[in-house]
Amino acid sequence: MTDAILRPEGHTVPAVFTRAQLDWLPWLEPMPEAALTPEHVAALVDPARVKSGYFRLLVRDPAALEARTRTDKDIFYNTEAGLPRAERELAAAAASRLNGCIYCASVHARFATTYSKRQEDVDRLLAKGTGAELGERWNAIVAAAVALTETPMRFGPEHVARLRAAGLNDLAISDLIHAASFFNWANRLMLSLGEPAT
Amino acid sequence: MDLIDSLVGIAPGSALDAIRARRAVARDQSEASYRALFAPAVPGELSLAERFAIGAYVTGLHGASPTADHYRAALAAQSPALSEAVAQAIAATAGTGPYGRFPAGPLSAEDAPGAEAALPLAVAEALGPRLAAALPHAHFLVFHPRDAAPERFAPLLAAGWSTTGIVTLSQIVSFLAYQVRVVAGLRVLVDTLAEGAA
Repeated sequence: MTDAILRPEGHTVPAVFTRAQLDWLPWLEPMPEAALTPEHVAALVDPARVKSGYFRLLVRDPAALEARTRTDKDIFYNTEAGLPRAERELAAAAASRLNGCIYCASVHARFATTYSKRQEDVDRLLAKGTGAELGERWNAIVAAAVALTETPMRFGPEHVARLRAAGLNDLAISDLIHAASFFNWANRLMLSLGEPAT
Repeated sequence: MDLIDSLVGIAPGSALDAIRARRAVARDQSEASYRALFAPAVPGELSLAERFAIGAYVTGLHGASPTADHYRAALAAQSPALSEAVAQAIAATAGTGPYGRFPAGPLSAEDAPGAEAALPLAVAEALGPRLAAALPHAHFLVFHPRDAAPERFAPLLAAGWSTTGIVTLSQIVSFLAYQVRVVAGLRVLVDTLAEGAA
């Protein structure tokens, strides 16, 4: 029975971007908690994730999940210099807004708001999309995240020049490239393996 | 030098080498992700040829690049016949993204419907049933992941993909969406550094 499509019922799929806390329901069977070996638990990195259907589905390929998770945590949580955390989260929210990942956008809009205290700007990004007016520094960051998220990518020297003019140094620009690129990884898993729910 | 260093052209001791060293965990774990997906300790359900066929297809859909060259060469070393079939699949299904539909509601005004991949019959036959199901799924993930639906797993399950195999397939495509962007972004950054030094 593990190789069947799941069709969750009895919930509402959100139809707008929001900062509200959302659930996420898988379309394929996660590993049962009781079936997790020590290797699987280690690959979850954060032990609390045994309660998450998303991570128990991804842990079916433990090596890939563990490396993904450690990449994610360093890109967003290693705030030794470089791009401030709020603006890494802004890049994640912008990529998620463009790709259409309502769940990912909700999480990273909350983080962007927490770290920037710019709730109105974050809400404008969610409501109006990546063309929203957010002030030049945030506009430059969102424009770079958009250019990296489009396929094929349109990111070019003009984006780097605009980011430098907005005050980002080379480490900050590298952080932005990684944050936006990582959400092109995360959005595709979240969007395709299940659905957001309220 | 790891794969990203080599594809960007980051020399040991260069400015970008120093920037990557500031995010050593992300650097190491990006490489570990590549190895987990393309040089796994145990290949499991996906052969190496299948992994590189998906890799060559996905990176090829992002346009010509050193990253696409890497996966195409690795696939050609595994199977010249598959490499030719994948090249034809790229030519037949390349496009631009992201597009797709949002959940019905206020976001419907932003809907941008677009094409599903249609592999020429001869290409599908050359790929075999597993890859002929996997490449259209990869195309959806690359260009229009917000068109996600549980029914998209049906062709994969019918072609013999297990739940665990679909997780690995999803990770391969999604990881490459990250890797191809990091390389593209850092190549732009390194070029601007070189101009600044000249």
